[in-house]
Amino acid sequence: MDSSGWTELNIGPQHPSTHGVLRLKVKLDGEIIKDVEPVIGYLHRNAEKLCEMSYYCDNLIYFDRLDYVASMIMESGFLEAAEKVLDIEVPERAKWIRVIMSELSRIASHLVWAGAFGLDLGMLTPFFYCFIQREKILNIFTEVCGSRQQTNYMSIGGVYQDLQEETITHIWEFLKQFPEKLEEIYKLFIKNDIFFSRTKDIGYLPKDVAIDYGVTGPMLRASGVPYDVRKDEPYLTYDKVNFDVPVSQKGDVLARFVVRFEEMRQSARIVKQALEKLPDGPYFNPKGKKSLMIRVRGNGEAYSRVESSKGELGTYIVADGSVRPYRVRIRSPTFKNLSVLPVLAKDTMIADLVSISGSIDLVFGEVDR
Amino acid sequence: MAQVTKTGELGIVTTKLDEAMKWGRSNSLWPLTFGLACCAIEMMAVQASHADVSRFGSEIFRASPRQADLMIVAGTVTKKMAPRVRRLYDEMPYPKYVIAMGACVIQGGPYARGYSVVLGVDRVIPVDVYVPGCPPTPEALQFGLITLQKKIRGETNR
Repeated sequence: MDSSGWTELNIGPQHPSTHGVLRLKVKLDGEIIKDVEPVIGYLHRNAEKLCEMSYYCDNLIYFDRLDYVASMIMESGFLEAAEKVLDIEVPERAKWIRVIMSELSRIASHLVWAGAFGLDLGMLTPFFYCFIQREKILNIFTEVCGSRQQTNYMSIGGVYQDLQEETITHIWEFLKQFPEKLEEIYKLFIKNDIFFSRTKDIGYLPKDVAIDYGVTGPMLRASGVPYDVRKDEPYLTYDKVNFDVPVSQKGDVLARFVVRFEEMRQSARIVKQALEKLPDGPYFNPKGKKSLMIRVRGNGEAYSRVESSKGELGTYIVADGSVRPYRVRIRSPTFKNLSVLPVLAKDTMIADLVSISGSIDLVFGEVDR
Repeated sequence: MAQVTKTGELGIVTTKLDEAMKWGRSNSLWPLTFGLACCAIEMMAVQASHADVSRFGSEIFRASPRQADLMIVAGTVTKKMAPRVRRLYDEMPYPKYVIAMGACVIQGGPYARGYSVVLGVDRVIPVDVYVPGCPPTPEALQFGLITLQKKIRGETNR
């Protein structure tokens, strides 16, 4: 009890449903939440500083570990900026391969989220279903680069290895069975009354508040703003594929859930089109060879934005003509999305806090950097 | 269908109490739900369908340190987090074991040059088994768990 008569409750950093190391200082009036203060920094790994200490090609490993469930998207975000600074062209085939891998990574990321969100609400079964599908994507990643999660597949000037015919057939096999299985997972959630009552009309985020706080990604689209960097400012080859941007006007936890599942369907659509349009040609620009990287010097500055699975990822690189970047700044989407949590959780029940914080899709490698 | 009657005539095993205790302990290691960073996702994958750690008796990830036997430190330990890791370890009841999962936990990994990372969790708590990798595959973590079971039973790992 403090002077206002409210009970103070501390949640975390070790808590089964904080998705990492989030600590929440909650002030309660009975069961009603009056104030939430997120305490972050438990995973501050100084990635930005380490990027400034490394060569351009070595920076990728720190970007892999920012949003560790969607590492391919993080890599493409860094490379968008780094290739502008280093003035290296990317071949067309490499761009398409990057699109394929980014979208597969987005599906994997949303699947992890869905599984963990189910665990938060006390549903164990969807977790297993989600991870079966995720393993299939990770098997494809293992084929192309040898690593499951922190892939380090894309490199400056292209990708590390070409897509083999065998891998392409494996991606087709995955896409063939995926929509059906996704609907199965979707039904596991949506046909459950308890899930419905724990998510509907909870954690309402109005449109104007979302824009004020800089919220992006599925959270913003669930509040009714059709903003997607892939559509509004296309990078790579996103302007050559057809896909819809799912938008919901509801703005509650259920809307965020539905938007994320619709995004997975759209991602599968993009991968299909990209596989059909995949051109022949070089997958790598020889100017970006790793042995040359210790001599390649960057000039000027560049900002890039890509649509990660959580929102808009911005990378700002300042080069000073040396072999290492002078400054790397990361605009991480989850940090901005987390800042809106006190607004969402105000005047709701304490039991709904888990559902609300789960719906933000927190990844702490990215929040704390 | 033929019915099999178990009479217990063949079911007598003579062993030392110590051995029986070790056997029981090693086959019901309940880990603590304690994910720090990237490796935690692979730790979840160990729990999920493909790897399925339940086969080795670690099916239930306990949310409270009071109910756990095993702490899998999965992810980078920062200087801000280190006191909490120590406190969670202290709260676990004896006998307790620790698996250090991933390069960051072993010696700092890719973040070893930074200013905010503890260079190895063994500076904070004692570690039984180290599982290298960045992040280790689920199979590697399972191997680490089996190694720990062998260690508890007093067997060598060859």
